[in-house]
Amino acid sequence: MSEVVLDVRSLSVVFPTQTGDVRAVSDLSYTLHRGETLGIVGESGSGKSVSSLALMGLLNRNRARITGEAVLSGRDLLSLPSDQMRDVRGKDVAMIFQDPFACLHPMHRVGDQIAEAVTAHVKVSKSEANKRAVDLLDAVGIPNAKSRSRDYPHQFSGGMRQRAMIAMALVHNPSVLIADEPTTALDVTVQAQILKLIERVKDEFDIGVILITHDLGVIAETADTVLVMYAGRVMEVAPSRELFQAPQNPYTWGLLGSMPTIERRLDRLVAIEGSPPSMVAVPPGCAFNPRCPYRFARCTTELPELKDVEGGHADRCHLSDQSKREIWAATAAERLGATG
Amino acid sequence: MSPTAEPIVELEHVSKEFPVRQGVFARGRARVHAVEDVTLTVNRGETLGIVGESGCGKSTTARLMLRLIDPTAGTIRFEGHDISKLSHRQLRPMRREMQMIFQDPYASLNPRKTVEQIVGQPFAVHKVTSAREAKLRVHELLEVVGLAREHASRYPHEFSGGQRQRIGIARALALNPKLIVCDEPVSALDVSVQAQILNLLRSLQDEFNLTYVFISHDLSVMRQICSRIAVMYLGRVVELAESERIFEQPRHPYTAVLISAVPRLSVDGTRHERIVVGGDVPSPIDPPSGCVFHPRCPRARPGHCDTVEPVLEPTPGDASHIAACHYPLERWPVDGSELRYREDDQARVGVE
Repeated sequence: MSEVVLDVRSLSVVFPTQTGDVRAVSDLSYTLHRGETLGIVGESGSGKSVSSLALMGLLNRNRARITGEAVLSGRDLLSLPSDQMRDVRGKDVAMIFQDPFACLHPMHRVGDQIAEAVTAHVKVSKSEANKRAVDLLDAVGIPNAKSRSRDYPHQFSGGMRQRAMIAMALVHNPSVLIADEPTTALDVTVQAQILKLIERVKDEFDIGVILITHDLGVIAETADTVLVMYAGRVMEVAPSRELFQAPQNPYTWGLLGSMPTIERRLDRLVAIEGSPPSMVAVPPGCAFNPRCPYRFARCTTELPELKDVEGGHADRCHLSDQSKREIWAATAAERLGATG
Repeated sequence: MSPTAEPIVELEHVSKEFPVRQGVFARGRARVHAVEDVTLTVNRGETLGIVGESGCGKSTTARLMLRLIDPTAGTIRFEGHDISKLSHRQLRPMRREMQMIFQDPYASLNPRKTVEQIVGQPFAVHKVTSAREAKLRVHELLEVVGLAREHASRYPHEFSGGQRQRIGIARALALNPKLIVCDEPVSALDVSVQAQILNLLRSLQDEFNLTYVFISHDLSVMRQICSRIAVMYLGRVVELAESERIFEQPRHPYTAVLISAVPRLSVDGTRHERIVVGGDVPSPIDPPSGCVFHPRCPRARPGHCDTVEPVLEPTPGDASHIAACHYPLERWPVDGSELRYREDDQARVGVE
């Protein structure tokens, strides 16, 4: 595989609150390679966004206890002083968010905002910065980039705003792009355009992409490797193909089962009962155990390890490999029975 | 699906325009054509889905069905009665028969009222039962939607998103309505919870013989719950058919694009080829000439699609499947030559 651009080791984020510690992320580790898309999937409160905000240095260190390390080109992002982090943020690691309208200043022209991102890290003339902004807008598929760069954000549609955000993220050829629910606020036809664009940008600029989403369909179509998170922990990690063909973890089964599919009408969706736990009171043992149909005594007391299955596939569950294989075979047969 | 097609709501050539202020002096000159000449029938016991992208008029259409807003033109009938010109007072007795479930379970419940007050509100408004009876009925409703009667004294903030949506559903069921309009009821929920709510809606329909109008932008959800689907684009119904027909044999290129754009899980790990259509939905203030979809349509032919607006026409051999397209698709799935794949963002016209 190609060069590792980001190496995250045992990242934990804890927010101390009056009602107790919120363990938003616990012991998260992964590596990201150049040209790879790492999908992080989970429900609300699973810690998928917080882990990335921690990497970007966007969490207030007075309110959050962050431990572990995240090495990007030889430097540990988590221990950098904030002035040096400012140098990395937007330059080596860039991030795009769910709501592109909230991320653009409504009273400044789109082109100027991108040009500002250029001058934030390198000393260039105003006109050079503007030229770079126009080039990038053109590269992300904004028609008539030169004249559109003079527009204000409200003159852009949702999809164009997200394109502008991507252009801004690319200003300094970052090695890592974090996309946090980049298409959730967009219409399906526009979502398809933006996913395509992120993929193209990843190849052209040779960067590693972290794609955070709750949508397994988006993951299936874009990610090379998938991390499934629940209550702040990784439940399963696998190459994308592996994860969808032979998922090992009951939570992943539940997610796959509850996804409405466009392929066929199902007699009944297999819902996961209950709702994700409050992060102040995470259940002891395996955090998923109260909702897990396969739990047994051990699950309620002992946290399972993240164990390797094979070839980069690991999962966190007490069930034996044998019973996992049997359960998945039965579940898959039931769900896919209609397709033959 | 519907052996006795008995209409409950009928829209006939209904249009709705909203005035927009453009600048200080040109007050009210421009108009948003939110819904344009829509004719649609909802039959008793069915689930009619309305799907489309933002701004296509799906929510406006639903609000017209309930007469929550007044139509600019056309006739709206509820159980055979013309309700398009009734006053609010005259509408009131009919309101009991029609209810709504909203998208955002956080915004649609009053944070200062208890669950009992929220779910019991319809009884108070319509003065149908005594306070004692209302209380019993609230407990019953909570159990029907999968909550416990102990929940009655709690406030909305004590509940998760999925539970709040259940409260919203209980409130909608309170007066035994005939029609429930569900406006994106699961869009704000986590996937694992979405499935619970969809299953609940399905079983309630069987139990109480409900008719749903189900609005969503999510075709995967639509396929699980709808019996018929209307596809809307820029205020117009562009295709209408039995749900399975829409997915198995879409006729309108826009429907095909929508279906194809949905990211999907494949069993064997292969990625499906998406038809990525360029551009954004045009402004409903100034809709394109001819077929409104022509600037984005991969099948549009210059000189025809950009000048003549197509009307809804039945599919040969299936009169219940109608589509408004001059060159409807004949096969599905299509290969590249029929719906050419394109990535550029510029509107391109001309195929063949």
